[in-house]
Amino acid sequence: MSTTVTDFLLAVEGLGVSFDGFKAVDDLSFYVDPNEIRVIIGPNGAGKTTVLDLICGRTKATGGSIKFRGTELTIMKEHEIVRAGVGRKFQNPSIYEDLTVLENLEISFPRGRSVFGALNFRRDAEVRDRIEEVARMVFLHDLLLLQAEYLSHGQKQWLEIGMLLIQDPALLMLDEPVAGMSVSERKKTAELLHTIIQDRSVLVIEHDMGFVADIAHKVTVLHQGKVISEGSMAHVQADRRVVEVYLGH
Amino acid sequence: MNSNAFLTRKDIICFAIMAVILLAVIPGSLDPFRLNLFGKYVTYCFVALGLVLCWGDAGILSLGQGVFFGLGGYCMAMFLKLEASSVENTKIQSTPGIPDFMDWNQITSLPYFWRPFHSLAFSLVAVVAVPTLLALVIGFAMFKRRVGGTYFAIITQALASIMTILIIGQQGYTGGVNGMTDLRTLDGWDIRTDHAKFIMYMVSAGVLIAAALVAHSIRRSKLGRILVAMRDKEDRVRFSGYDVAAFKIFVFCFAAAVAGVGGAMFTLQVGFMSPSLVGIVPSIEMVIYCAVGGRTSIFGAIYGAILVNFARTEFSEDLPQLWLFAMGAMFIAVVVLFPNGIAGLYRRYLDRYVDRVLGTTPEASRAFQAPEPASNVVVE
Repeated sequence: MSTTVTDFLLAVEGLGVSFDGFKAVDDLSFYVDPNEIRVIIGPNGAGKTTVLDLICGRTKATGGSIKFRGTELTIMKEHEIVRAGVGRKFQNPSIYEDLTVLENLEISFPRGRSVFGALNFRRDAEVRDRIEEVARMVFLHDLLLLQAEYLSHGQKQWLEIGMLLIQDPALLMLDEPVAGMSVSERKKTAELLHTIIQDRSVLVIEHDMGFVADIAHKVTVLHQGKVISEGSMAHVQADRRVVEVYLGH
Repeated sequence: MNSNAFLTRKDIICFAIMAVILLAVIPGSLDPFRLNLFGKYVTYCFVALGLVLCWGDAGILSLGQGVFFGLGGYCMAMFLKLEASSVENTKIQSTPGIPDFMDWNQITSLPYFWRPFHSLAFSLVAVVAVPTLLALVIGFAMFKRRVGGTYFAIITQALASIMTILIIGQQGYTGGVNGMTDLRTLDGWDIRTDHAKFIMYMVSAGVLIAAALVAHSIRRSKLGRILVAMRDKEDRVRFSGYDVAAFKIFVFCFAAAVAGVGGAMFTLQVGFMSPSLVGIVPSIEMVIYCAVGGRTSIFGAIYGAILVNFARTEFSEDLPQLWLFAMGAMFIAVVVLFPNGIAGLYRRYLDRYVDRVLGTTPEASRAFQAPEPASNVVVE
């Protein structure tokens, strides 16, 4: 397997992880193309979040391989995976409440990531312009000096998306990006996601079928840690097994 | 967008006020005996300063800062002890030219690790390097394995205990429970005179201000904001491409290095170093100084360390048996009533009036004053 040469941005092959004997992900394989938007769906406990955890290194795989642009990710540390170009948004908004919106974005700016790099980091024009630009995209440019804890839930989600965006990852992983949002926030977020998924591959976990149908190029359905169906939205919706375990109710 | 300036106008005023208090008001108004006591308090300020970054900002509670304070102090004491143990001074010993406690313990030659401490330059480097290296080793072992929070605090406490036992047990090499006493001269200059103590006080206060400026510049840099971010959301920092352990190791080493300098200053001013400054109790007391003053404020921690120690001296002179209760009560009050210490009270009630008087904007000062952590003083 290790010699496979592909054009895939991300190649997951035979991936498995077990927690105390329970196989959360079992012999999982899928491939993501450059600029592809892939949505992972499946019932609760199917292992969706675990798959993202495995890719970004938060959970160590017990078997299989994850290749990103031909580099094996399973042996890398979390921060190395991020530096390689994989960005991850968590299910609950994960931002720094004690810092301002500006400082939140600045920390995510991909420069000065070593201890001494951070000591010598200067907020120069390049950094300021990029922060302005991203803040505008995520509707927070008027709130740059506000402490992040005072943002609404939806704004916190946007801020985290902005923090990923400023990293400019080649692969963006989003875990339920529209969960817990009001209808208007959801609509704005959908628009936002449409803009930020340009020119990069995106891996999304989402339950909102309308949203999935709207953005997905391809859908992967997980059940009990295994892929049970993969293809276009229409294809998986027509799949009898998918209807049985997930969409049917 | 806020300015990149290292010192805002308000910072300059705050540092100037502190410099005036430490370098003019205190030495100008106290007799030599009291000044020497304040000199001792200033050495504890170094530890509190390190804890502001390590504990207040990064949320790493160390209950073993006494170890680093002690190591710095012992490195200085070893140099002074060797100088005081010239063949001339020790000719009544069975082996002249070695420290008296070694002679009492039937040691007949200077141990190899003592030899470099004949050099003042080496000793001064060791004051910073030895505590930093120990912090580096512990930091690597703990933070790379993601040991944190309460577990880290307990391990540092164990370290304080181990270090005390080691020093007391190896009395032939360390002076044991009595520590290193009878220190006399620094490179030929008698450190026991009132004049020398005055100079030493001024040097300590000057070095403290310099250390506070370094700490301030770290907090003003992006590294300072990363420390706060780590305290809040460690995983988010990790998944923004930072090696979290490296930052924790850095801040822990910084706190250790500053504590070591404080320890050396202690030795020089008080004239001895002993295990009673290394163990669990002094280590926890140092955390209390920082907590009372305000663990998220450089100035709070420094003033806090001085005030608590001043209170301790006053209490101990009149009602010695009540001091421990008073300190316990103070700590409880901080935890329950004002989790950000004196600095937190200042920020809440006084800061805006001060801003009005000075004509500074609260926004400009905000970036410097690290945001206040939610609550829960002891362990994040």
